[in-house]
Amino acid sequence: MITTKEIKFDNETLAMVQSIIKRYPEGKHKSALLPLLHLAQAEFDGWLSVPTMDYVASLLNIKPIEVYEVASFYSMFNLKPVGKCLIEVCRTSSCWLRGANEIVEHIGNRLGIKNGETTADGKFTLKTVECLGSCGTAPMLQIGEQYYEDLTFDKVDALINEWNNKTEHSKYLDVNTFRKN
Amino acid sequence: MSKKILLEHIDVPGIETLEVYRAKGGYASVEKALKTMTQDAIVEEVKKSGLRGRGGAGFPTGMKWSFLAKPEGVARYLVCNADESEPGTFKDRYLMEKIPHLLIEGMITSSFALGANTSYIYVRGEYFYIIKILEKAIDDAYKAGLLGQNILGTGYNLDLHVQAGAGAYICGEETALLESLEGKRGNPRIKPPFPAIAGLFACPTIVNNVETIAAVVPIVNNGGDWYAGIGIGKSTGTKLISASGHINKPGVYEIEMGITVEDFIYSEEYCGGIKNGKKLKAVVAGGSSVPILPADLILTTANGEKRLMSYESLADGGFATGTMLGSGGFIVMDETTNIVENLYTFARFYHHESCGQCSPCREGTGWMEKILHKILDGHGTLEDVDLLWEIQRKIEGNTICPLGDAAAWPVASAIRHFKTEFEEFVKNPSAFKKVKHYHNMHGLATA
Repeated sequence: MITTKEIKFDNETLAMVQSIIKRYPEGKHKSALLPLLHLAQAEFDGWLSVPTMDYVASLLNIKPIEVYEVASFYSMFNLKPVGKCLIEVCRTSSCWLRGANEIVEHIGNRLGIKNGETTADGKFTLKTVECLGSCGTAPMLQIGEQYYEDLTFDKVDALINEWNNKTEHSKYLDVNTFRKN
Repeated sequence: MSKKILLEHIDVPGIETLEVYRAKGGYASVEKALKTMTQDAIVEEVKKSGLRGRGGAGFPTGMKWSFLAKPEGVARYLVCNADESEPGTFKDRYLMEKIPHLLIEGMITSSFALGANTSYIYVRGEYFYIIKILEKAIDDAYKAGLLGQNILGTGYNLDLHVQAGAGAYICGEETALLESLEGKRGNPRIKPPFPAIAGLFACPTIVNNVETIAAVVPIVNNGGDWYAGIGIGKSTGTKLISASGHINKPGVYEIEMGITVEDFIYSEEYCGGIKNGKKLKAVVAGGSSVPILPADLILTTANGEKRLMSYESLADGGFATGTMLGSGGFIVMDETTNIVENLYTFARFYHHESCGQCSPCREGTGWMEKILHKILDGHGTLEDVDLLWEIQRKIEGNTICPLGDAAAWPVASAIRHFKTEFEEFVKNPSAFKKVKHYHNMHGLATA
């Protein structure tokens, strides 16, 4: 989804930005970059466009390149648009041992997309990821902040149906995730 | 031989709340430390306890603490490493989810011992729901006067914050974690200086794993000697083991160090044996980085002694016939497991997670993934197996941080113990389960 809204946080989020900055010593506000990028990604359709990253740079009074180099390092930051529902399936050893590849294949078949692709209606993106720390409840996948564990094909089908009917974007967090200092 | 210390109250309904946690004796170590002990006395107890870093390295915690520089007028920091990302490891997540106040309590007591007035818990970004749980627990602790100014009227001040990571295994390496906490790419720093001298914001800093910090609570409550009396030899206390793979009862188990590996795998108290009545083939005992061992060597050492769940026993025989306790990420594989394909998932993981700073790791992990992919695709040769061996040998010891070693050891050990399987695969690939083409998925996260 390409966002059409203005790249600007609302007042509540801006207050949270100030609260987060206060968590670090004077002059060390760049430490707030990762939390702010999370807030921005959640706010602006699940990905970080260049204008969004420039906006975050302006909030922290740092150079845009300092934001780009960080955003491109971490795998949770999407630098391209993703579907409304981003399905991230773990397939490292423990999940692979318990059928992760079959889960990926099943989702791909259900949605008619390959790993890394987004459905034509912009609803789903399928992405395989590395170990999410859910090895004892493998196989598993993550949609936004929610972990779905001990997966079966039936569970996956139910999830896809559930998300097919949702209008909101899957997101890792919202402004309420962090404590107000 | 069940011994629950950290998880003693894990099944108490409502133990995640401050109220129930305190009713069960929670925050006693804060009262004891702040009101009756000096900072040095606490460090001394931790030294006596023999507690070793639970994140994977196993370095003595008390000794690490004693390295902390204390220049006049310079802030000191305690940073909790909750970036748990080692494949096969999910114990910290379990502890933070089920009993978050144990970590908060450990952070307060430990921060006091180190003279830190601001501390951070760096949590891997994927654990957002854990971050919510921790933020709530911290909020409640502030309201109860356990955090903030003049804690429990003792004059000690501490602010505690949660920092969210954003998906990078390398940030579990302590200097990469500090870089990330400063809002930068997670590139490990060259040591020295060690964080204890110049860490977060160039100030003296101690970085400890979640489980390590949690263990400080019972150590302060009961004394270092008490803790040292639990376990075996230099593997004191208990350890949280994350058990996964082909077992009947995957999950997190607290064990007293020194139980036999056999007991851990087969007893009903722990893993409950191999799933579907199959035979054990191999185990990765301490997270993906440690050497894989075949069934006979994980159950008994090369000398024929029963292998124990302890730092020393698991390492017995060196890398030739032993492995490491590591993070306690215990991955069990049954007789049907294709060792080559399992190794491929590890190789892909390390390639994905290499920060790219050192060429042996950046290039080597990529080549190892490519060669294993080629073998899996049915185009491998016997020379490819030798090439894999050569590449891992050239990565090990030649990088700034231990990720290079962590990428090399699984490859080396798989070839060391299962070379015939690689050779058979190369000679007759169709006899093995044919894998489908794997797409390179790195494109989503890069510009």
